[in-house]
Amino acid sequence: MIVSAVSVLFDGFAYGMLLFLLSVGLSVTLGMMNFVNLAHCTFAMIGGYVTVTLMNHVGWPFLATLPIAFIGAAAISVVFERTMFHRLYRASELDQCLLTIGVVFVSIAATAYIFSTSQQPVSLPNYLRGSINVGPMTFGVYRIFLIVFALIVSAALIGALEFTRFGAQIRAAVDNQRMARGLGINVDGAFAIAFALGSGLAGLGGALAIDVVGLDPSFALVYLVYVLIVVAVGGLGSIGGTFVAAMLLGISDMAGKYYFPAIGSFLIYLVMISLLMWRPSGIFGRR
Amino acid sequence: MRPAITALASLAALLTATGAHAQGTVKVGVVMSFSGQFADPGIQIDNGIKLYMKQNGDTVAGKKIEIIRKDSGGIAPDVAKRLSQEVIVRDGADMLAGYDLTPNALAGADVSAQAKKFMVDMNAATSVIITKSPYVVRTSFTVWAVNEVLGTWAYKNGVRKVYTLVADFGPGHDGEAAFSKGFKDAGGEIVGSARYPVANLDFSAFIQRAKDLNPDGIYIWVPGGPQPAAIGKAIAELGIDKTKVKVMGQGELTQEDALRSMGDAGLGLITAFHYDYNHQSDVNKKFVADYNAEFKRNPDMFSVGGYDGMHAIYAALQKTGGNADGEALIGAIKGMQWESPRGPMMIDPQTRDVIETVYIRRVEKVDGKLVNVEFDKVENVKDPWKPGIQ
Amino acid sequence: MALSAPAPAGPLQYLEAQARWRPIELVFWLATLLPFVLTPSYLVLASQIAVTALFAMSLDLILGYAGIVSLGHAAFFGFGAYTAGLISKWGWGEPLTGLVLAGFAAGLLGYLFSFIIARFRHLALIMITLGFGLLLEEAANSANWLTGGADGLQGVHMWPLFNTFQFDLYGYTAYSYALIALFLCFLLSRRLINSPFGLSLRGIRENIVRMRAIGAESRPHIRTIFTIAAVMAGVAGAILTQSTETVSLGSLDFQRSADILVILILGGTGRLYGGLIGAVIYLIARDQFSGINPQYWYFPIGILLILVVLFLPNGILGGLSEMVNTERGQRWFGWLTSSSWRGKSP
Repeated sequence: MIVSAVSVLFDGFAYGMLLFLLSVGLSVTLGMMNFVNLAHCTFAMIGGYVTVTLMNHVGWPFLATLPIAFIGAAAISVVFERTMFHRLYRASELDQCLLTIGVVFVSIAATAYIFSTSQQPVSLPNYLRGSINVGPMTFGVYRIFLIVFALIVSAALIGALEFTRFGAQIRAAVDNQRMARGLGINVDGAFAIAFALGSGLAGLGGALAIDVVGLDPSFALVYLVYVLIVVAVGGLGSIGGTFVAAMLLGISDMAGKYYFPAIGSFLIYLVMISLLMWRPSGIFGRR
Repeated sequence: MRPAITALASLAALLTATGAHAQGTVKVGVVMSFSGQFADPGIQIDNGIKLYMKQNGDTVAGKKIEIIRKDSGGIAPDVAKRLSQEVIVRDGADMLAGYDLTPNALAGADVSAQAKKFMVDMNAATSVIITKSPYVVRTSFTVWAVNEVLGTWAYKNGVRKVYTLVADFGPGHDGEAAFSKGFKDAGGEIVGSARYPVANLDFSAFIQRAKDLNPDGIYIWVPGGPQPAAIGKAIAELGIDKTKVKVMGQGELTQEDALRSMGDAGLGLITAFHYDYNHQSDVNKKFVADYNAEFKRNPDMFSVGGYDGMHAIYAALQKTGGNADGEALIGAIKGMQWESPRGPMMIDPQTRDVIETVYIRRVEKVDGKLVNVEFDKVENVKDPWKPGIQ
Repeated sequence: MALSAPAPAGPLQYLEAQARWRPIELVFWLATLLPFVLTPSYLVLASQIAVTALFAMSLDLILGYAGIVSLGHAAFFGFGAYTAGLISKWGWGEPLTGLVLAGFAAGLLGYLFSFIIARFRHLALIMITLGFGLLLEEAANSANWLTGGADGLQGVHMWPLFNTFQFDLYGYTAYSYALIALFLCFLLSRRLINSPFGLSLRGIRENIVRMRAIGAESRPHIRTIFTIAAVMAGVAGAILTQSTETVSLGSLDFQRSADILVILILGGTGRLYGGLIGAVIYLIARDQFSGINPQYWYFPIGILLILVVLFLPNGILGGLSEMVNTERGQRWFGWLTSSSWRGKSP
């Protein structure tokens, strides 16, 4: 009993960490600038394809591709932001939706053209495969890696937010944009950097996700729903909120499938609706 | 008792049908998913069609074959029905083909019955499709045939207690029912079963439950996509010993891209299917070589469904001397046999469904690559499904 | 739609002026009859465009006028679709009664859900509608003894409309049926929007706090419009089922909710015609692009969406009305869009 409970908790936590990496960027950009970027998972997908290309065509080891996935996704997002997105910061949210959905469609067709529609395989190095046995329980090595990696990233993020000047600027902009501008903070510049960082993290998440959920051109749309759920439940602009929400959703998804397989798929949506009804601004949201 | 307006409509439709037939053209309307989540199977089917036409030319019995492609974009029977209607009414198609997904195939069959047009189901594997129109043939497989064979085979090869895990939608339920029937009729016992949500990404919880019950066989039904690899890895990660517990499933479990992702975790998985690119026959070796030369990837069961679908069309037209009428083509195709890359196959003269060999394969490492090695087979398998079957 | 004369005196006159038929509207509705004559081989497509237009218009009622962004509106479309399908499957294939029953069923579902809807706003509201849509989708998949699950519903056969018009391969009946339903629902919506009720909806959309401050009840209004929108969406779904004799999970999945939202935003929200124009443009574009290249048509569609946003803010109608509101625009097109064409001063 306890064995399975721990196993479920562990797997749920790992899955939640993946969701966290994929979602944290969107939470910050939504909270900071209210820019509805539905193309967020496109950048995640780009990160995934960068990794696949580097590994399968250039022969790089998996871990080495991760920073490039981050940089690649961030770089491409900057291009989009500077050419199209920044023109719509003052536009209606519906227009932002439409534009970013257009970008998603284009990216799906482009990746289908360049990479074909088949599943992209990724061959993990041997030290990341298999499982470790601790007593009666087995823990997948890759999942341990995911958890550790995501925790390090979260620590770095929170550290950056709390202890750097740039982090302080971001926090100020999220709290009260007008005030921040009035104090001379370059909100637009800070936002551009935050946007790039968030998209880069999504790219990293996309690369890490390949082994768990696969990669094909429809990734950009399919995971958007999960990311939106995490962001809404966690509260816009809150890294801690995104973390807790991702964990909650990951674990309740796992637990639902293990303990109540009949309603397993309903559980994640019921949890989301209940949490939002209880706390409409998200767990740690501000408004 | 049609009002005059319908007569006018027919006239108008005929007049506006673009490309009124050059005397020697037969048009085939191909309706399936070229975009969206189900794009890859659709494209593989299309590759099979293209390869067949490249190898055999685009003329049969004096008629030129023209393919008109329509994208149904996923599960959309309303769209599939409209496209099937349009390709006949607007573009003048003489027959329908393709249909990767069951709801779309059922809608297409409706149109085929109404318009009395020959239809080739190149993929959709649900048994009931073949009953929806007297002009439909199938060149792929049925879930019932493959999985019932696997169930019977499992018992014959020493498996006594099985845990079943299937996707929670139509084909998954069919797989579960078919395997259980084959297995139980032979004398086996199903010790537990579960159905996982269709969009499920993480299988450790489900595999854990299976492991808890200590079966000597685990049966899995999973559709193509990212899930087979995830299942394979979960099984390895949870330490299930495949020499003691036979892990079995339908062919998608060990598809090429799944094996590449799974790595050595896939060794020992047993699957039942009608086609693998590793099938050792001269016909198949040539097929695979040509396919790779043309499309830079290996063919899969979708490709062979499209390839044999075209063969069915060509062979039927050959026999009718180019007559593309639905009745004529169906009459010609019934009972036809040929050597396909998959092995011998035949169109059942009674049901118009496919009769073929079901191979039992195991994943082994050959020349450093993981492939499905066929080590047993059951020949001349007909679809056992009947309405109300338990 | 812009007025070409100075604003009228009071709210009732404003509503009166808004409610007058503009020439361009007549042009639009006459144009909907063109497919019968010009492109009869496209009638089935036209009927599906009409269904989508009705569905989009129903979303506009809650989004464009009451400010409720719903990512789960397909729940009502699908619920109406399955209801109509099941009624036929169980033996009653008469289209009109089936349509009314399906609309009623969807409306009931909408009414029940509206109690939750009316209490939330912003992102929470969007996500709750999303969650609701996803829940219904899962439920429909699980209840495959009822819905047929992933294989879709089997056994839907419609009797001929008025005992003479069969739903057939050519689409005449389908398009007429859908078009008439669309027009009737449009008239109803137009009446609603140009009434004091409609004005209060717009007030709710603009500033709900102030509405409460002036003593206007917002929640019952929201519930009412949500229910009406649900009825219309259900009617649209039922028409699709009846004219194609198919229903599947695709009628209530997230893809459908997302598509209709894109279509409405493309056309322009809050203008009643936005959904109609969006449906026409989007579906025709999709049909043409996927005919040219079935594999990569997402690309030109994405470009279309991006271009519309960059050059026509607030959707096609929004951008167009901005252009018409300029000096030159008024000179050229003012006669089409003005409401004073009858010569009466507003």
